[in-house]
Amino acid sequence: MPYAYLEHISDVGIHAEGETVEKAIESGAEAMLNVMFELTTVKETVDVTFGASAGEPALLFVEVLNEILSIQDRHSFAFKRLEVRELKKTGEGWLFIGTAFGEPFNEEKNEVKTEVKGATYSGLIYREEQGKHVFECVVDV
Amino acid sequence: MAVEATGSRMELRKVTDYVWEIPRTGDMLVPGRIYADRETAEGLLRDSEVKKAGGFTPALRQVLNVACLPGIVKASLAMADIHPGYGFAIGGVGAFDMEKGVISVAGVGFDINCGVRVLKTPLHRNDIEPLKEQLANQLFRDVPAGVGSTGEIKLKEAEIDELLIRGSSFIIEKGYGFPGDLEYTEEGGRVANARPENVSRMAKERQFKQVGTLGSGNHYLEVQWVEEVYDIDAASAYGIKKDQILVAIHCGSRALGHQIGTDYLKTLEAASRKYGIPIRDRELVCAPINSAEGERYLSAVNCGINCAFSNRQAISHLARIAFARITNIKPEDIKLLYDVAHNTCKVEGHDVDGKMKKLLVHRKGATRAFGPGRPEIPHAYRSVGQPLLVGGTMGTASYILRGTEKGMKDCFGSAVHGAGRALSRMQAKRQWRGEEILRELKEKGIIIKSRSKSDVAEEAPLAYKDVDKVVNIMHNAGVNQKVARLRPLLCVKG
Repeated sequence: MPYAYLEHISDVGIHAEGETVEKAIESGAEAMLNVMFELTTVKETVDVTFGASAGEPALLFVEVLNEILSIQDRHSFAFKRLEVRELKKTGEGWLFIGTAFGEPFNEEKNEVKTEVKGATYSGLIYREEQGKHVFECVVDV
Repeated sequence: MAVEATGSRMELRKVTDYVWEIPRTGDMLVPGRIYADRETAEGLLRDSEVKKAGGFTPALRQVLNVACLPGIVKASLAMADIHPGYGFAIGGVGAFDMEKGVISVAGVGFDINCGVRVLKTPLHRNDIEPLKEQLANQLFRDVPAGVGSTGEIKLKEAEIDELLIRGSSFIIEKGYGFPGDLEYTEEGGRVANARPENVSRMAKERQFKQVGTLGSGNHYLEVQWVEEVYDIDAASAYGIKKDQILVAIHCGSRALGHQIGTDYLKTLEAASRKYGIPIRDRELVCAPINSAEGERYLSAVNCGINCAFSNRQAISHLARIAFARITNIKPEDIKLLYDVAHNTCKVEGHDVDGKMKKLLVHRKGATRAFGPGRPEIPHAYRSVGQPLLVGGTMGTASYILRGTEKGMKDCFGSAVHGAGRALSRMQAKRQWRGEEILRELKEKGIIIKSRSKSDVAEEAPLAYKDVDKVVNIMHNAGVNQKVARLRPLLCVKG
């Protein structure tokens, strides 16, 4: 997955890329989940489909990341990755539907790293460069 | 003398040896004021010149940005543990006029009322040394910690609402603590104007199973001993003495607070546009305090504050039981010294130009530090000032300080909250491995219990600033005064 982490003293900066906006959002989701879990220890036995919306792609990116955290926490899951099902721009903004894959969290089996509290607007960027779509933001840990 | 950053408009003027000012220029409504020594000030200036990878805002520029927010009073402040946060710097304090001012998610943070409480035991260091390993195992078993951890208290939705309104008193009635604990908790363990109807169902759902859990990251439960007492009168008022065993608990409002932050980030982003608030950085989205959005957010923050007080209260009880299982003391022998909040915005009365005024004080990674005489301080401590509980790292000292009159005048009665990070988590992980840190600390006689080796590396003692230096800056500035220095014996981490 094309993602990287950016130096930030207090928290963690995420840089995610993709050939499409969809792929870049998927990369960003995996980057965030990889802060929380050793992803090789997480299997895909459950999936949850959810929606999100925002006025612009950058805000949508934060919205999607926060929705993943919220669902994961409410259902005690460990997610491994995200697949974007639908992404479209309407008169009211950007609409998203995606599916997160993972398994019920198991303390013995899923190797935990650091809890992510939320995705923030700090360092929030969406840009298109040389055929790539890029998102960046800081996640609060 | 002024120290100027070349190639940048940032400038710091020395006010005293321990206070530096960003002069008011351009859009700034007030100056920025930072507690720092020369070395720290110069380091902050160097950092402010460099455009960080990813475009993150350096701490000094965050102080400057906050100085431009509508209704800010006197100065945009930063305590000596200042480092970059999101929106506000960590260690940032901003007080806002209730009529003209704003409320900001970034001034509170996602972990609402992340804070510290310290319990005092009647035990001597020598009582615990031989039981250390056993006690560490018991605490690690009894206090849920780490990503995804759940507690033994499972609440229904109606009970969550009651907890959000009543804070610690609700959880004490459930059997987790003693009524006397309330007096020694900031705000009595409960802030008013907490309205659960302004907290989303999702936020409440996330809390059903998380009351009484530590969480992860920099949260911990640490057993410490009093290494040195500096202020005998204050130590005596607080009931602490050399070699006494204390228990420090650092955690916050867990996922409920995170979800409130997430929900209101969107609300305040829209509000910033709706009210045309001039913000210099998107991460500072805010709403007028007296707008519908601002009032809703403030009442939700109050719920988060109460949730965190009750969380630390429940963990205190679990720690008391664990001590009673391993040592010969009873749970009621362990008294609460005090409980302080870090990430909050609260309505407080302060002297502004000779008049008492109600202000909304944001403290982001900073602690309330009221001086002697304030009615908010427990009666037994009132003559010496509020206790401040400053966490160090797993391997270094922590401190108990007290608030001063000068602190009330200069910085709205505020204090540092910890050492402050010096290295990023990634730098720390590149530099150390969790196993190494555990071994080194064990050689120093400090036992660490953690479910995450990666977390241990991120929280390595050298990843933080020198807590002694940070505390001395505040002490020498006269806004906080040293009471006692504590050393860790064992630490339970997430």
